[in-house]
Amino acid sequence: MNLDSKIPSGPLSAKWDTHKAKLRLVNPANRRKYHIIVVGSGLAGAAAASSLGEQGYDVSCFCYQDSPRRAHSIAAQGGINAAKNYQNDGDSVRRLFQDTIKGGDYRAREANVYRLAQLSTAIIDQCVAQGVPFAREYGGLLANRSFGGAQVSRTFYARGQTGQQLLLGAYSSLSRQIGAGTVKMYPRHEMLDLVLVGGHAKGIVTRNLVTGEVRTWSADCVVLCTGGYGNVFYLSTNAQGCNVSATYRSYRRGALFANPCYTQIHPTCIPVHGDDQSKLTLMSESLRNDGRVWVPKNTADSGKDPAQIAEADRDYFLERKYPSYGNLAPRDIASRAAKEACDEGRGVGPEVGGRRLGVYLDFSASIQRLGESVVRERYGNLFDMYENITGENAYRRPMRIYPAVHYTMGGLWVDYNLQSNIPGLFVGGEANFSDHGANRLGASALMQGLADGYFVLPYTVADYLAGVGLSGRPSVEGAEYRDVLAQVNDRVNRLLKNHGKHTARSYHKQLGKIIWDECGMARTRAGLTKAISDIRGLREDFWKNISVPGTGLDVTPELERAGRVADFLEFGELMCRDALIREESCGGHFRTEYQVDGEAKRDDARFAHVAAWQWAGETAEPIRHEEALVYEEAQLSTRSYK
Amino acid sequence: MVKDNNSHSAEHVLNLRLRVWRQRRGQPGAFEEHALQGVSTSASFLEMMDMLNEKLVRDGKEPFAFDHDCREGICGMCSMTINGMPHGPLPGVTTCQLHMRNFRDGETITVEPWRARAFPVLRDLMVDRSGFDKVIQSGGFISIRAGSAPEANATPVPKDVSDAAMDAAECIGCGACVASCKNGSAMLFVGAKVTHLNLLPQGQPERDRRVLAMVRTMDDAGFGNCTNQGECQAHCPKGITLDVISHLNRDYLGARVKAFFSSTGKVRRGGD
Repeated sequence: MNLDSKIPSGPLSAKWDTHKAKLRLVNPANRRKYHIIVVGSGLAGAAAASSLGEQGYDVSCFCYQDSPRRAHSIAAQGGINAAKNYQNDGDSVRRLFQDTIKGGDYRAREANVYRLAQLSTAIIDQCVAQGVPFAREYGGLLANRSFGGAQVSRTFYARGQTGQQLLLGAYSSLSRQIGAGTVKMYPRHEMLDLVLVGGHAKGIVTRNLVTGEVRTWSADCVVLCTGGYGNVFYLSTNAQGCNVSATYRSYRRGALFANPCYTQIHPTCIPVHGDDQSKLTLMSESLRNDGRVWVPKNTADSGKDPAQIAEADRDYFLERKYPSYGNLAPRDIASRAAKEACDEGRGVGPEVGGRRLGVYLDFSASIQRLGESVVRERYGNLFDMYENITGENAYRRPMRIYPAVHYTMGGLWVDYNLQSNIPGLFVGGEANFSDHGANRLGASALMQGLADGYFVLPYTVADYLAGVGLSGRPSVEGAEYRDVLAQVNDRVNRLLKNHGKHTARSYHKQLGKIIWDECGMARTRAGLTKAISDIRGLREDFWKNISVPGTGLDVTPELERAGRVADFLEFGELMCRDALIREESCGGHFRTEYQVDGEAKRDDARFAHVAAWQWAGETAEPIRHEEALVYEEAQLSTRSYK
Repeated sequence: MVKDNNSHSAEHVLNLRLRVWRQRRGQPGAFEEHALQGVSTSASFLEMMDMLNEKLVRDGKEPFAFDHDCREGICGMCSMTINGMPHGPLPGVTTCQLHMRNFRDGETITVEPWRARAFPVLRDLMVDRSGFDKVIQSGGFISIRAGSAPEANATPVPKDVSDAAMDAAECIGCGACVASCKNGSAMLFVGAKVTHLNLLPQGQPERDRRVLAMVRTMDDAGFGNCTNQGECQAHCPKGITLDVISHLNRDYLGARVKAFFSSTGKVRRGGD
């Protein structure tokens, strides 16, 4: 298979402009005749659906939540990057590009990343015009802060709820289009499969989560903005409903899945409290601006009250190991350092399963320097949330944090137009793979979702539609739709009629443990090989013993969960396979066999490429394709934050 | 709440009796009683509900359907009335952020859906809140096309104005205000959005039509009116205050008066 990334020629800074000028257009009078399906209503999905609606297309947007306003983009706390250089501290499009590509450990596509940096400034303009109440200075102009892994202040924020405010901005634009009739919104609908006609993506199958109705929809093209697959770990910072099904089902229909092993473990989450835990809560990375991370120097102190541990007996390990970035070291690096400290027996907090998995994030120095009221103004809501969950007051004693799965850089393979290898299937936001390489920098996910939705997809989708013309939409009565619908119904019925003895959640927990242990922060050949066989065994057991009560003709949460877990049970294997074959360490992918002095050792000669996996059937092993990463302007270097 | 500075919050285990609402769409509902043992005080309320549901599924019974998603208090999806109080007894938190350390061993806990005419029950603890979306669709936005925005710093916004807009914009649209109100009024929700947008300079061009359209849609969707009881403020997990209702009333009155005296004699679109 030839993976044509369709990167335009010419200098990096001119590629997008040149490319845009060549993209075909659709006559405004014809736009309403094209039906576009957008799946997902987060930043990418809501922005794409509203922007395409504004242009006059006939758009249908689907989400599994009860309202598009609840998509998980809403939970992003810290901020959004943009190369505005309002702080006059040396920022520029090129510097944002360089930081992002370096942060991704040179495993992202250069042209896509440059475009992302270019579009970043327009996103801020757009959001402010929508009424997003970003933080401001007394002069009335926008405020910025520095954020994980950046040496300039380029992050825009709305208290600790930036994602919420950006999503509500996108939701308001989407709502305006719904009110105007250009977008039809289908909440409480879950996409269960993709329909191809003549090799093009021409529709989807959905289940109505209230009535249980499974049905097909035809369209001229399909845009997936369905988020990441972090819930393959069971415990993650993702929302409960986040799943891989839309992208995984599309993979089974022929779309390539790129770099599934690239996952981001976020360093600042509230530690696990016990077995019945359902999710992990992120404490914004912005806390690292004013908090110092430490553990006791001696294992003997790990069970002590932190106030009883003398300054000289504390190890501020990020400041010690990475003096130039200190507590702001990028996420993958900070997470690994915390894991190492705990593996050495220096972790803090209550013992869970015989181990103390936590490090301190200490605000006492900042409270002394700035006063409690300033710290409260900056992070009050986060401190409150921490107290709700742990019962501890972080103004008085250091927070306890530990890494947790937060974001997935891998996703469906897309070209420069964000089109997958299936014509007519576009993928935006976290669901695609292209911009963050092997590690995402803080405040970049919101930027990418909105760039894709507001400023890339509206151009590239139009180009595809202009190419296929108006005769492109097949009837939903066609054999292709009926076949896929029958397959979906079979699968749903198989789950409902199995009448086994185990719950979907119990399988999800077991899968999560395998993936976290073997495909989490440190991965080994032996561990990954074992994980693949364990997952297969678990999958077989699932289909024998799964229990899904209910008829499926009503609200049936166990059916939703079982379907998602079934897909995770297949996807988890693909993820481990990808991690096994990538014999190098890069970004969030750390293979213990490949390291120098505890730092990731990249192998550019063998692995400076995207791995894109192709489904080959139920029994055959998937086929791995490679897209070489060609750097025209960025200089590959060893990532050092020392 | 544990505020012990010398040890980490102590974990205990609770045995509970649960009275949980069971209902199918369009049919009458009733409470079902269940005993649940061994609930950790560190667990969240929804994790306790997960434990109950796992037990039911293992016994081949249908679990209770409830809305939930982010479980970190921001998506606004969770919506349980716990012991008669929307989002439970702890002020300023959503159901998902309520933890079991706030309950006592042996306690009976009553769990119901939001109770409001405009929020019909879909199943068990799940309700239909699409009325909120309709209100936003009628005017809860600033009309701005992607690509047509001016430079972000072209219009300075005083920090206090921006902060006040942000205070109102923190609303998560959960509907606890409606569920807590004896009139089933959505005025805290509508007021929060009107205040957020009408305070900002960007929101001025559509200020009047926005408030007229949103109030009209609110009425059409079956929400009641405000009689200044203040239950909504007391149960709002995000601390939205009654000021936003004053703001809504003031803007609504202003828009109606302007519409009445408008020189053309025409009522503006969106008014009634």
